[in-house]
Amino acid sequence: MEEIISSVFDFLTPQAIGVIISMIKIVIVLIGLILTVVFLVYFERKVLAYMHSRIGPNRVGPFGLLQSIADTLKLLLKEIIIPAKSDKFLFLLAPILLLVPALAAWAVVPLNPHFIIADIDAGLLYLLALTSFGVYGVILAGWASNSKYAFLGSMRAAAQMVAYEIAMGFALVGVLMAGGSLKLGVIVEAQSGGIFNWFWIPLFPLFIVYFISGIAETNRHPFDLSEGEAEIVAGFHVEYSGMGFAIFFLAEYINMALISILTSIMFLGGWESIFSGFTLFESTYLDFLTQPSIFWLLLKTLFFLFVFVWLRASFPRYRYDQLMTLGWKVLIPITIIWIGVECVMFVLEIGPWSLS
Amino acid sequence: MTESNLTLNFGPQHPAAHGVLRLIMELDGEVVKNLDPHIGLLHRGTEKLAEIKPYNHSIGYMDRMDYVSMMCCEHPYVLAIENLLGITPPKRAQYIRVMFDEITRLMNHLLWLGCHGLDIGAMALFLYCFREREDLYDCYEAVSGARMHATYYRPGGVYRDLPEQMPKYQANRYISEKKVKRLNYNREGSLLDFIEDFTDRFPSLVDEYETLLTDNRIWKQRTVDIGVVTPDRAKDLGFTGPMLRGSGVEWDLRRKQPYEVYEELDFLIPIGLNGDCYDRYLVRVEEMRQSNTIIQQCIQWLRDNPGPVIIDDNRYASPKRSDMKHDMESLIYHFKLFTEGYSVPKGEVYSAIEHPKGEFGVFLMSDGANKPYRMKVRPPSFSHLAAIDEMSKGHMLADVVSIIGTLDIVFGEIDR
Repeated sequence: MEEIISSVFDFLTPQAIGVIISMIKIVIVLIGLILTVVFLVYFERKVLAYMHSRIGPNRVGPFGLLQSIADTLKLLLKEIIIPAKSDKFLFLLAPILLLVPALAAWAVVPLNPHFIIADIDAGLLYLLALTSFGVYGVILAGWASNSKYAFLGSMRAAAQMVAYEIAMGFALVGVLMAGGSLKLGVIVEAQSGGIFNWFWIPLFPLFIVYFISGIAETNRHPFDLSEGEAEIVAGFHVEYSGMGFAIFFLAEYINMALISILTSIMFLGGWESIFSGFTLFESTYLDFLTQPSIFWLLLKTLFFLFVFVWLRASFPRYRYDQLMTLGWKVLIPITIIWIGVECVMFVLEIGPWSLS
Repeated sequence: MTESNLTLNFGPQHPAAHGVLRLIMELDGEVVKNLDPHIGLLHRGTEKLAEIKPYNHSIGYMDRMDYVSMMCCEHPYVLAIENLLGITPPKRAQYIRVMFDEITRLMNHLLWLGCHGLDIGAMALFLYCFREREDLYDCYEAVSGARMHATYYRPGGVYRDLPEQMPKYQANRYISEKKVKRLNYNREGSLLDFIEDFTDRFPSLVDEYETLLTDNRIWKQRTVDIGVVTPDRAKDLGFTGPMLRGSGVEWDLRRKQPYEVYEELDFLIPIGLNGDCYDRYLVRVEEMRQSNTIIQQCIQWLRDNPGPVIIDDNRYASPKRSDMKHDMESLIYHFKLFTEGYSVPKGEVYSAIEHPKGEFGVFLMSDGANKPYRMKVRPPSFSHLAAIDEMSKGHMLADVVSIIGTLDIVFGEIDR
């Protein structure tokens, strides 16, 4: 691709070409993300509906496939109401503060060995930083709304985020130790060679903790306390209408997809095939099944997205203090203990990774 | 910055307020310091309205008292009139009433379970419960023509006998013949067949609900030790029904002051141990299972014993329409009954039944006219709601939602 561009636009400097290529990649990822969200909303509603023995959306388009587009159009046409006594600037800034980090985090997510917007060395750190940044949007939204319900919601979000960020960070430390790099691409490479080389076996507790913290991080059921519809109505976004409201949802779904894809990359071997290492398909036309491809990554991501919806369909909601107890007294100790165990495994050279 | 409590207005438009409950909460952080329920937003003056209408006209108003357990609200009113008149309905009518009381109990408890679950976040349960409620509504519809406000009980019996056939689904543009056949599989026989089919399915459905909740750690964390009421305190607060039994007091009007045919039926009264939300949940779930067995016994009896379903006394019960065509007396009775009604001897009576929510009583005072001098309803939810402050103090905001759920309040009867 670089060659094509440099041959057509030969007056451009190599830096400019790099920028153009990055822009193209950004556009691809952005469009992909928006489409993912559209699909994800439909997917969630349908899966929830079938789990609830309902039918779900089936009126707009074939099988209701266009429902999310109709919803978006409706929200676009709605009036954006700004509460009279709110802080107008912060009120409008908050959804943006939530959406931007959610999108920006995708810069370091590799979709296959070659496709990555910014292959920076501190990829994991960057992710940690940006995923935590989203909470500012939530807190500001609750604060700027000048509503007691929204305020309670944002206070809950703040406390929740602190508790889960730590567990998440420790889980990532385990991945970092196992993968030997902060680059996500290198972490996937470290897992190559079949399903038993993936990190979910040696890092099983961290895998579970990471996914649970991920659910808490995205404010999804059963940890959706900052929204808590039965208690504080809609929590931090109770005062938002129209697109402001839609942007909160956009960010939530993008974050869901992010957590799912990160879990697959860090614990389930990313684009590695489930069948890689199997000799059964060798030299048959099914051999392509053992090859790494983006298809596997998307499949694994879809599985975790399904788990998100599944949990929402079946679990009651946690109470605020119980959630904190779970975070501080269960998840963080588990991660710390497992990092210790991992150190021992590392020294004794047990496990799939090498010291190199 | 001064330290002060946060005052939060909870309701009347709130997803967990179960109607038009308005709570003024004083919160310290998330901990409830004070909680003041405001009522009256659904006041319709039913008691006063009853004073200006012939007795039979108010039966329909009673349905609207607790609009999730309709026939159970008609029952005490009808019983009170019968007690004043000194009439007894035929046995078959009593069995039908008991059967429909228990069907209503299932409806009420299913709604309660669904909403309680939904409040705590278990959304699937809500829709599962409503799926089953649909069948029970169909029973109401088959017997009275109305799905909610049945107005089916009458002084002296019930309005009509159980129908021999069920209303059926019909094919249309959206529902194919094949699907209609599947939907109608349990509607081929009589109403009793339909209910029997339901009672056969129901225990496994309750098992399904219990799989979702009973041993669920989150559910237990949200309900165990929340809103604890000691047995003595429960009595002092005027609790009845599952709220009282959840605290471990064995008190059920169906056993302690049997009315209709409950003496002849075989069922158990579940009680709780700790008096928390979880125990009340268990009590109500077990009550659903017991109600199911009562319905099964009623079906058996009703199958074996056909007969009249309303007393043969034209002063209180309408004569047959076929008689009216040729019998002058019948026509006169019909006219009298539907215009001025009947006069009830002077006196006072209080009759109560074990309503799904507790003791639902009606006090009637007659001065000998064709309408009550005074009608007073004793709703169970009213005294339960009064205890919400005591039950929630010191708990967190999210627990208030659990407690509202466990109280099982309906504003139709609190505000009347």
